[in-house]
Amino acid sequence: MSDTKTATGGTLLTPFNMVAGLILLVGSVITVLRFTGGLGAVSNLSDYNPWGLWIGFDLLVGVALAAGGFVTSAACYIFGLKRYHSAVRPAILTAFLGYALVVFALHYDVGRPWRLPYPFIVQPGTTSLLFEVGACVALYLTVLFIEYTPAALEWLGLKRARSIVVKLTLLLTIFGVVLSTLHQSSLGALYLIAPSKLHPLWYSGYLPVYFFISAIIAGLSMVIFEGSLAHKHFHDKMDETHLAEADGVTLGFGKAAAFVLFGYFVIKVIGLAVDNNWHYLTTGWGVWYLFEIVGFVLLPCYLYAIGARDKNVKLIRRTSGLAVLGIVLNRLNISLIAFNYHLPSSERYVPHWMEIGITLFVVTIGVLVYRFIVTHMPILYEHPDFKEDH
Amino acid sequence: MAITRRKFLGWMGAAGVGVTVGKTAQAASNKHFTGHPDSMGVLHDIARCVGCRSCEAACNTVNQLPPPEASFKDLTVLDRKRRTTPPEYTVVNRYDATSAGSKQIYRKNQCNHCLEPACASACFVKAFTKSAEGAVIYDETVCVGCRYCMVACPFEIPTYEYDKALTPRVTKCTMCHPLVQEGKLPGCVEACPTEALSFGKRDDLLKIARERIRKDPDNYIDHIYGEQEMGGTSWLYISNVPFKELGMREDLGITPAPALTAGALGAVPIVVGLWPVLLTGIYAISQRKDKVAEEEQALAVAAAQQATQEKAAAELKKTLEMKEKEKETAINMAVKKALDEAAKAQEEAAQAEEAAQAQEAAAPAGEAAPEAQDDKDQKQTEEDS
Repeated sequence: MSDTKTATGGTLLTPFNMVAGLILLVGSVITVLRFTGGLGAVSNLSDYNPWGLWIGFDLLVGVALAAGGFVTSAACYIFGLKRYHSAVRPAILTAFLGYALVVFALHYDVGRPWRLPYPFIVQPGTTSLLFEVGACVALYLTVLFIEYTPAALEWLGLKRARSIVVKLTLLLTIFGVVLSTLHQSSLGALYLIAPSKLHPLWYSGYLPVYFFISAIIAGLSMVIFEGSLAHKHFHDKMDETHLAEADGVTLGFGKAAAFVLFGYFVIKVIGLAVDNNWHYLTTGWGVWYLFEIVGFVLLPCYLYAIGARDKNVKLIRRTSGLAVLGIVLNRLNISLIAFNYHLPSSERYVPHWMEIGITLFVVTIGVLVYRFIVTHMPILYEHPDFKEDH
Repeated sequence: MAITRRKFLGWMGAAGVGVTVGKTAQAASNKHFTGHPDSMGVLHDIARCVGCRSCEAACNTVNQLPPPEASFKDLTVLDRKRRTTPPEYTVVNRYDATSAGSKQIYRKNQCNHCLEPACASACFVKAFTKSAEGAVIYDETVCVGCRYCMVACPFEIPTYEYDKALTPRVTKCTMCHPLVQEGKLPGCVEACPTEALSFGKRDDLLKIARERIRKDPDNYIDHIYGEQEMGGTSWLYISNVPFKELGMREDLGITPAPALTAGALGAVPIVVGLWPVLLTGIYAISQRKDKVAEEEQALAVAAAQQATQEKAAAELKKTLEMKEKEKETAINMAVKKALDEAAKAQEEAAQAEEAAQAQEAAAPAGEAAPEAQDDKDQKQTEEDS
């Protein structure tokens, strides 16, 4: 990533570009295999394990980490925290790319991807949580696209179209929060129908609430995390406002994340108490559960709080990485690790290397598109022609 | 941007449209579905099963499935545990029942055709339907292939054609729905040589099962598996060993699958209805806060400005007054000085005159001199005191 500047300047043969190129090449080959040989040719999915890495990581983690869009735009436009304004565009861009890639990755996972619109145009299965997820993700992707367009329209110099879109900001933000609340929680609610398959420490009637609250944590942490990466690699693209506000965003979001993490911890404990699952804590699964809760909920909560108190931007940035890892771990626990816990190890799922290949392929596409957009469009800086109006 | 009444009503309208396109939440009521009336089912009497695999062979023929790797007569396949697969809608497994002295027990496994199927509830294109006859039927013409039905099924029955690139399907037992509609028996029931399988109305099958248990209580476990499990299934089981030892889960509970997700679905209209109102309210409050802060700031600035101006004016006035006073003093001083000087000059002139007069009068009269001396003495005493 550190070579991005030279990449735009001249030579394309940087180490980053070569690795990215290799991943794209391998990914393209696997893509061909997937759509000629079927899911069985490239994955370890089975009748016992119908959902693997592509759902556990690409969908569940992808959507959670893209929550920065609705969190940031709500903070700025609804709660009136204008000092976070410079963080909105990068967050919206990341969210838009995140959701676009989720939908893209879904085309690999479902058996007949060309039928993906069927639930909306042929016959809607409205009793399914997956219908709610699908409908909200489709709508929210549209909302994010519209929210992102001002940057592209400024780049293209289409002032009239841009001013129309900008007027819709508040409406789009509210719509975005509603849709995000629904589908973030529904992703957790997907597992409500399988109490016999998900380990009781992770299964809870509160799963939708857990998913929604942890998505807020993911959103806040991802804005900080991505901000620190952007500072490292796209520092020259940032304008004075962005640079001046960046530390404030980090400190403010870190403080908010500390509070939300603590709230999340409390409702997790309430969930344990409601289902009276304490006795599982002394089992092997209990140790793993405590590892998640202590190491990836309480610890980041504590570190964020310390960082916010001491105004330690560096600590908060590092903690954001830990919190993001915690979200990844939680989603993988629910979808893969603690799911089908009752099956013998011979029937358990371990991703095929080609599944990992496609996941890397998708992430790489995301990084490349992000890089193209921030180096060409006014994301990390304000377009000089549109500075005054917001 | 302030919120006008018109704008607010517009947003509420948008929210209203959102509600109407929202999803319906079934089962979020006190209605209890006990199955379609007179729907059919199968009773599997596990105590009677001999593990001959005739049912598997019949299923394969009736459903025109691809030929098996090993013949259905080959009983060595029973040495390992098998599950349903795309070409095998049903499988028979052998279990060593520990409670019955490692007695070998056989159980047939296939779709249980739930009264309220998890697969149908989970499907987002309604590819599954529970027919009035009792079968849960799959429609491959709409299936997207998300495999959520397989995640949802508590009995781990639906399978997927992972090896098909373009036309993969979910497959599972159909309870021979086409045959049943023709008034025939399902293939497996027809083929069973020991009457371990009985086809009939579910209500009748329940009676038969109870009757068998009542007649032979020492042999049968007093439980009909499927009567209540997951809200009830069309396929029912009675057994002479605990179901747990036959790989059947006894921890599934009696809640039908749709009820598990009804709460989450019921939250949708609440979120769609409440969030826009709350968020618009929060927006209005934050806007108002900003506006008030701005006004207060403007007021404070104005007040500070006025105070400064007044202070400056007062100081100016004071300075002017001081200058005036100084000027006056200076004039007075100058006047006084001038007067003094004038007085002095006059005095000097007078003294000079007196001296001249004294000189003139020195010879003729000497009285004036002592008089002057007296004056001088008097002045001295005054100064001393």
